[in-house]
Amino acid sequence: LEEFLQHLLNGLVLGGTYALLGIGLTLIFGLMNVVNFAHGEFYTLGAYVTFAALAIAGLNFVLAVMVAIAAGVVVGAVAERVLLRPLRQASIDTVMLVMIGLWIAMQNAELLGWGGVAKSIPHPFPTAPVVLGPVSVAPIRLFVLGTVLALIVGSHLLIHRTRLGTAMRATFQDRETAALMGVDIGGVHTFTFAFGSALAAAAGALLGPIFLVYPSMGDLASLKAFSVVILGGLGNFAGATLGGLILGIAEEMGAGYVSSGYRDAVGFVIIILVLLFRPSGLFARAERVG
Amino acid sequence: MSRVIVAIASVVIAAVAFVPLLTAQEGTIKIGLIQPLSGPVAASGNFVRMGAEIGRDWVNARGGVLGRKIELVIEDNKSDPKEAASAAEKLITRDKVPVIIGAWGSSMTLAAMPKLEEYGVPMVVETSSAASITRRGNPWVFRISPPSEMEAIGLESKLKALGIKSYDFLAVNTDWGRGAVGAFGEILKKTGASQGAVEFMDQAATDLTAQLTKIKGTGADTLMVTTSVEQITLLLKQAQELRLNRRIVTTGGSSSPSQLIKHAGAAAEGSYHVLVFLPWFPEAHPDGKQAKAFVDDWNKRGLNFDGLTEGFRGVDAVSTVAEAIKIAGKAEPKAIQQALWQVNIMGVNGPIRFEKDGPAGKESGQNKPSIFLVQIKDGKVTLPKL
Repeated sequence: LEEFLQHLLNGLVLGGTYALLGIGLTLIFGLMNVVNFAHGEFYTLGAYVTFAALAIAGLNFVLAVMVAIAAGVVVGAVAERVLLRPLRQASIDTVMLVMIGLWIAMQNAELLGWGGVAKSIPHPFPTAPVVLGPVSVAPIRLFVLGTVLALIVGSHLLIHRTRLGTAMRATFQDRETAALMGVDIGGVHTFTFAFGSALAAAAGALLGPIFLVYPSMGDLASLKAFSVVILGGLGNFAGATLGGLILGIAEEMGAGYVSSGYRDAVGFVIIILVLLFRPSGLFARAERVG
Repeated sequence: MSRVIVAIASVVIAAVAFVPLLTAQEGTIKIGLIQPLSGPVAASGNFVRMGAEIGRDWVNARGGVLGRKIELVIEDNKSDPKEAASAAEKLITRDKVPVIIGAWGSSMTLAAMPKLEEYGVPMVVETSSAASITRRGNPWVFRISPPSEMEAIGLESKLKALGIKSYDFLAVNTDWGRGAVGAFGEILKKTGASQGAVEFMDQAATDLTAQLTKIKGTGADTLMVTTSVEQITLLLKQAQELRLNRRIVTTGGSSSPSQLIKHAGAAAEGSYHVLVFLPWFPEAHPDGKQAKAFVDDWNKRGLNFDGLTEGFRGVDAVSTVAEAIKIAGKAEPKAIQQALWQVNIMGVNGPIRFEKDGPAGKESGQNKPSIFLVQIKDGKVTLPKL
């Protein structure tokens, strides 16, 4: 049981970050119909900006995370204006190719700028684990879990309680009608892409200190984000949140009780099963686009 | 129309830009180098490249070989076996290199090997540890790095002295990791240690808590680890979070301990690492002077000290290849392959010469390098008396 509880806790911490990655991706897909292959690179961007802010500019940790989120907003907004806006009428395949290009360009820019040697981000939390009865967890992981939950709740409130969120949901349901009602579709798109990228950057900034920072770290993050989005249903906010937690816990349990060599396979087996029985994802609702 | 003009203009400019490069390369002897310069193990691949460049400069400073300068033609295998095979093909067919150095990871080297046989070009393997590389009956393969088996046999007395009673194994899920589990398992069995859990992780995995939680349940006294330095860093940190108080021994020679001290801090304390090069103690090598000269040259170029445990592979591989070309008397693949069997030089690691390994008639060459076991103690790298 002791081992089971530890696996559950590990899975929860991991799942929270999967959820954060998935939410950004699912919003961008649902609203803009853009398959964002560069999502993982915004995760990497967040991690490197945090590293730079902490180790080079000497800011404190919380401030550095905020700088990283701001960098995600700015780079995301620029990418949308420069790359995606001219392609609004283009087919989804064309946009996909552009995003693959952005992914490769960003990753190689990181390799060029920072070199391939992994960097570790210093954080102010004690390294000794917090012992909770039979289980233990590093203090920074608890901080990450808390921040992730706050960001998820914040995003939910933004979408469901604000005027901007209403405009986003209107665009999501019917682009033309929303435009006729006076919603600034271009603005909503820019905001959505910047917002989704900022969430990915936040995930990178938070996970950077736990793991290591290196140019290809975004590939795995991208893969997980796509898994989460497919699991939860494309374009579904709640689906991405729960999908992330399910994937995190399933991987952890699979590695612990089935075989660690097949750790990633466990997640994909679940996705295949979900797609077999609920082809539009676990939490598909009428609200979904497409 | 203007687009067509722009396109034609750029092709012309590109062609003109490359012409001087092509002509400048005439008269040099080309040596192919395949390394992971991007992807998850990019750091290590780049260090080997830097070492190889030092080796090139050393050879050229001595006047080159056969009166010609040597030149490295470098290809990135992107830490991906498929890319390693196409990099080998490109070097052989387009750049027409007579000999290759590569390809860091065992899976990458194994993927490139059929191309060597297909075109008849020899390759000096500088890092890979999987036993299968020299056992496949590929006579074009010459390995200067130790296979896991040789590491294990070479360390038998030291592993015995550590007093390991029971151990778990956590290895990367590649030819290298799986090979190391078998090789070290056999030797540890001989010393009387019993095996607990054997777990694997993906090369790119960052969260290893599931494996470590499972390993914690076995209650063994030692954890054997085979993977890249990045994953070892994560593993040490996560083992500390989970209060896994074990003796940790890493194999493979790629675990730069000074990098671990920097990134994992206190979590790295007490851990043991199998190494093939000791930049902290160059005098421990058979040719201490040459090892010291390499460390000094590396530092003089302002390169990262942590990369030396990988970088030496590049310099030794280039010295080996240059010597083979000299013996061959011409820069041709078949002649170099024959000449590699006669190479007998002193490298920064120690003596380099090849013994036959693999099925009779189609043997690969295998070198017997020096192997060391170091321990991280009080935040420093030490050579324990065992």
